[in-house]
Amino acid sequence: MTVVSTSSTNEGPLTPVLTANWADDRSWTLASYAAQGGYQALDKALGMSPDEVITAVKDSGLRGRGGAGFPTGMKWSFIPQDNPNPKYLVVNADESEPGTCKDIPLMMASPHTLVEGVIISSYAIRANRAFIYVRGEVLHVIRRLQAAVAEAYAAGHLGTNIHGSGYDLDLVVHAGAGAYICGEETALLDSLEGRRGQPRLRPPFPAVAGLYASPTVINNAESIASVPSIIENGADWFAGMGTEKSNGFGIFSLSGHVTRPGQYEAPLGITLRQLLDLAGGVREGHELKFWTPGGSSTPLFTAEHLDVPLDFESVGAAGSMLGTRALQIFDETVCVVRAVLRWTEFYKHESCGKCTPCREGTWWLVQVLGRLEKGQGSAEDLDLLLDQCDNILGRAFCALGDGATSPITSSIKYFRDEYLAHLEQGGCPFDPAKSSLFEEVLA
Amino acid sequence: MIDETTYAELREIAARYPQARSGLLPMLHLVQSAEGRVTPEGIQACAEVLGLTEAEVSGVATFYTMYKRRPVGDYLVGVCTNTLCAVMGGDAIFERLKDHLEVGNDETTADGRITLEHIECNAACDYAPVMMINWEFVDNQTPQSAVELVDDLRSGVERHSTRGPRLCTWRQAERVLAGFNDGLADEGPSAGAASLAGLSIAQENDWRAPSAGRGASAGERIETEEGQ
Repeated sequence: MTVVSTSSTNEGPLTPVLTANWADDRSWTLASYAAQGGYQALDKALGMSPDEVITAVKDSGLRGRGGAGFPTGMKWSFIPQDNPNPKYLVVNADESEPGTCKDIPLMMASPHTLVEGVIISSYAIRANRAFIYVRGEVLHVIRRLQAAVAEAYAAGHLGTNIHGSGYDLDLVVHAGAGAYICGEETALLDSLEGRRGQPRLRPPFPAVAGLYASPTVINNAESIASVPSIIENGADWFAGMGTEKSNGFGIFSLSGHVTRPGQYEAPLGITLRQLLDLAGGVREGHELKFWTPGGSSTPLFTAEHLDVPLDFESVGAAGSMLGTRALQIFDETVCVVRAVLRWTEFYKHESCGKCTPCREGTWWLVQVLGRLEKGQGSAEDLDLLLDQCDNILGRAFCALGDGATSPITSSIKYFRDEYLAHLEQGGCPFDPAKSSLFEEVLA
Repeated sequence: MIDETTYAELREIAARYPQARSGLLPMLHLVQSAEGRVTPEGIQACAEVLGLTEAEVSGVATFYTMYKRRPVGDYLVGVCTNTLCAVMGGDAIFERLKDHLEVGNDETTADGRITLEHIECNAACDYAPVMMINWEFVDNQTPQSAVELVDDLRSGVERHSTRGPRLCTWRQAERVLAGFNDGLADEGPSAGAASLAGLSIAQENDWRAPSAGRGASAGERIETEEGQ
């Protein structure tokens, strides 16, 4: 059950908080952000003790918005304050999971929301250095972040003795260089240390030995951007939205064959049916065939899942994961084998090569899937694929390998006949031109 | 060749971090800006500044797809062919551009203006099919609009990102990625139409998040649920 609002007015299915100022004139500037109350939460936080800030975030029920859903405040409380090393905050803004497109528009439209969140969060964990690790392939977003950080320094929100509190913080915007794996938190740390981005063995966890082997909190950009609103409005306010165990709001990203694709900020627990109603439905004259609830690494859903509440527990119980709320919508014109092959080629390309199941397994998957897509091979190849997935899932070094199996196993579960149709017809039975947005025959 | 100015900037990047090696990724972006690709001289300069071996620097440079070992054109044109953009038309756009420019993937036109490559998901799926020119967003493309865009760029006609400034050259872009701001942050809109889709509906209907200070709201909700 989702939120039952008892308020008299104005509470619809959408709850713009992070997105509320995106249409404001020059919303990315400090002047615009401050005019709508920006950096007041920072003042409030600096009037609290660091532990009180951690408690507020714990009580809010905020869970990681990068996909894993780990409680943010609990992560912060794992930082051993008796460790003599410096503490670090690292923001994961490497948004690269296929279908995921929420952090990039947030940082483009309102970089100060993230910067304010960084300062409050760093204060809470007693870090004097913070980093925003942003993927390199988003030039204008990086410009806006750089400018926001410069403005924040000039205004005294960053640097020494912030707002006269005695608290110091330096923040660096760090551009990556093109590697999906760097969204994995320990690979990100290696990358931030100037190395190849390959995941680390855990334990030790980053909270104990992260950046430079020092206590480190790594949070997704949307998680950190949610912190100022929690401090400003209170933990109860945040916890009052969403479902019992999945509190608060999140940005839901609709893309693909939907009438009005885009960003829809709503309490966790909203359904795809509700979101599609708001977005004008599946593109005219077509019907929903399959969709991802949280990016390509989350098992596919179909029309039978339209009413699954999009919260961590309900999506998990229905056999997938909430992930990053990246709702990629595919209508009946799309060949699921083509879609899954392309994602699998992506995982093969992005496998960092550190562990054998992922490095070799993703190559095997592409070979077998590619053959099936061409209508070659045999029905036994489906069992071979599932066996390969079984040898990757849970045996890879990090979640990339697990994610690579999700579209394959879920598509075979729901669309086995479509795979077999490729074999029966000796090729793909779909016309790719029908799923594109324009009249164009493939060359 | 890496001149003294670039050496000084490489040291400046390294000095931003508690441990200098953290600067290596932005330093390699600066090398690309200065040299047009990651050159042996650039690798040597990074190694020298950081006290690493050239092999250690090469090992990093070869891991990341944004670092190029062959010269890149003035405009690096990336067409997203990850699943969603591909089915929405990205495959057709990429095929058309290969034909039109007479180059294959990761190849540069003879005039040195355009390097074409297919790219992975660039976090703009609500604007599919998406292209990136020097890592600036070019949203909602068709084969026709893509051809017009690259033709304009080749002939020197000024073009803008759909959500950003006038398109600069790849080497200028790489300098920004190295952390040297070009002052263009204030160009372009706050957001494109798709980014505002939900906000627009909420504003039309006057839907808002609950107001603050309603500490009782959580309790009220639970009570309602229990009553069901």
